[in-house]
Amino acid sequence: MNASHRPWRQRLAYHFQHGDVLWWVLLFLSAFAIVGLVLWIAWQLWVQSAPSRHAFGWNFIWPWVKPVWNPALDKFQAWPAIYGSLITAAIALVLAVPLALGIAIFLSELAPDWLRAPLNSMVEMLAAIPSVVYGLWGIYVFLPLVVVPLGKALEPLGHVPGIGIFFKGPTPASGFTRLGAALVLVIMILPTIAAVSRDVLQAIPRSQREAAMSLGATRWETIWKVLLPYGQSGILGAIILGFGRAIGETMAVTMVIGNSAGGGYSILKPGYTMASIIANEFAEAVSDMHTSALMEIGLVLFALTLLLNALARWLVVNRTIKRA
Amino acid sequence: MSQSIYEHIDLRRHYRRRQRTNRIMLALTGLTVAVAVVPLVWITVYVLLQGGKYLTPDFFIHLPAPMGVAGGGVLHAIEGSAVMVLLASAIAIPLALLAAFYLLARPNTGLAHTLRFSTDMLAGTPSIVIGLFGYAVIVTVQKHFSAFAGGMVLAIIMLPVVLRSAEEMLKLVPPELREGALAMGAPEWLAALKVVLPAAAEGIITGVMLGIARAVGETAPLLFTALGNDHYEIGKIISAGLRYHQSPGKILGTIFAQPADALPLTLWKYAQQPYQERVHQAWAVAFVLMLFVLGLNIAARAWLAYRRRKMFTS
Repeated sequence: MNASHRPWRQRLAYHFQHGDVLWWVLLFLSAFAIVGLVLWIAWQLWVQSAPSRHAFGWNFIWPWVKPVWNPALDKFQAWPAIYGSLITAAIALVLAVPLALGIAIFLSELAPDWLRAPLNSMVEMLAAIPSVVYGLWGIYVFLPLVVVPLGKALEPLGHVPGIGIFFKGPTPASGFTRLGAALVLVIMILPTIAAVSRDVLQAIPRSQREAAMSLGATRWETIWKVLLPYGQSGILGAIILGFGRAIGETMAVTMVIGNSAGGGYSILKPGYTMASIIANEFAEAVSDMHTSALMEIGLVLFALTLLLNALARWLVVNRTIKRA
Repeated sequence: MSQSIYEHIDLRRHYRRRQRTNRIMLALTGLTVAVAVVPLVWITVYVLLQGGKYLTPDFFIHLPAPMGVAGGGVLHAIEGSAVMVLLASAIAIPLALLAAFYLLARPNTGLAHTLRFSTDMLAGTPSIVIGLFGYAVIVTVQKHFSAFAGGMVLAIIMLPVVLRSAEEMLKLVPPELREGALAMGAPEWLAALKVVLPAAAEGIITGVMLGIARAVGETAPLLFTALGNDHYEIGKIISAGLRYHQSPGKILGTIFAQPADALPLTLWKYAQQPYQERVHQAWAVAFVLMLFVLGLNIAARAWLAYRRRKMFTS
């Protein structure tokens, strides 16, 4: 029987290889959809921020331009928010990295088997707690108990020439400060850095440890002089990933940073981060230019996290895990 | 001439110093773990104690009372969260699975590498930026905030979580299973859906649970997509629809077209209000969220561990 004389359903099934063509089309489409989604997000942010980009140009982000954030006059300049993101993330990183590395080393090298599984899941729990819960706990427990006393203790540094501008007091009694946001961020980025560094350490071949041990190195020397240098680019990737997390974290920061466009450079003053200014003002933006300026901050935030994540991914995946 | 070149070093002192450094540093490493456990225990215990105090049956079955009035609940937020997370799952899970099947079938093409890269970038994108995107492409087009927009942005949040774990789980299925099905004459899609997917299903479900846990806890993308709605009550929408003899599709449309609240969104709004009752309810919401999210996480991981053990022992 000639193919063209078959009933149409059979012909259709044959033509589509019994559905496989359709299946492949679906697979391709969903793969393309996800790739396209990322491009679409970038495109939308670019288009929506156009009025602000045309009006303010590069002056929108330069640190040396006089900062102004005035929705009534439609004058916007984002440096205070960018500074807030950078300084809180930097402080968080300085405090979180040693802790996270300690945890990673303990989990990968030292922990006895019975302790490893519960500790691993604890680290993951820390990452799973919703951001708003950190914020609520931050406002009512962490700020009054830890941040206010710490801020008071740091105030004398405000008189030291050079670094004084970073510690200008007085600390607000509520504790809503950049310092508070940074300290909450420490807890939030700890699991990210710890988990990725742990994976990097675990990917190092056993022979490296055995060689070091057989040369008479102590366990610490093995870790410090062999494993950490071997995994350094992966660990750097983990740190960058943590930095990206810290910059993108929104709710907890919005709840504890105090949301003010002023504050100078002091970490003992309330401020804004890029994410928190969007969260706080976008729904109540008064004009199209205001909306557009916030979109441009979103664009800067997106570009920055994209860059950091791409770099971190390259360091972790290509330089460490594949090599091992 | 038989003197050692190490003569000028006191070897025993040197050795003792190395041992001492070793002990101190290892102890410090252990200490960092203890330091990290402190905030976890502190937050968990505090939220559970504080939230548990303010949890009442009313909390689950009533809409919010007017500002400053005691009583009332967060039914609107529970229903809103449920509606949006269901919509997000309905979109993100099939899309993620199809993409994961693509990665399984063509693991090394350019598109596959780009897809993996995009997934990682999507996972790293701040959720507030995804909220901006949802506002730009849905809210400004529809000209109103809606549960639909909220569900869509949550789908974007869920997508990378589900996709990553689905890819891992599909890779674990022995290729012989698929090849066997193909040899029996099954088309590719039938082999994928009826042989490979069931074999990986339990693992994929853990990924889905993690994705749901992530979506339930998200606030930032909902701020200007779902916005919030104190009067969101599905029961009322359905009964009104039935009274006017609307079709089920129309009723469903109404449910998705309204602005909606979600549990974390309510928590955020209540946390900073001057009324004590609202703050107390915020703690209660935190209790519920924490229990739900941590419960899902623990269940997912415990199940995965249990399955691994079963696989290795049998």
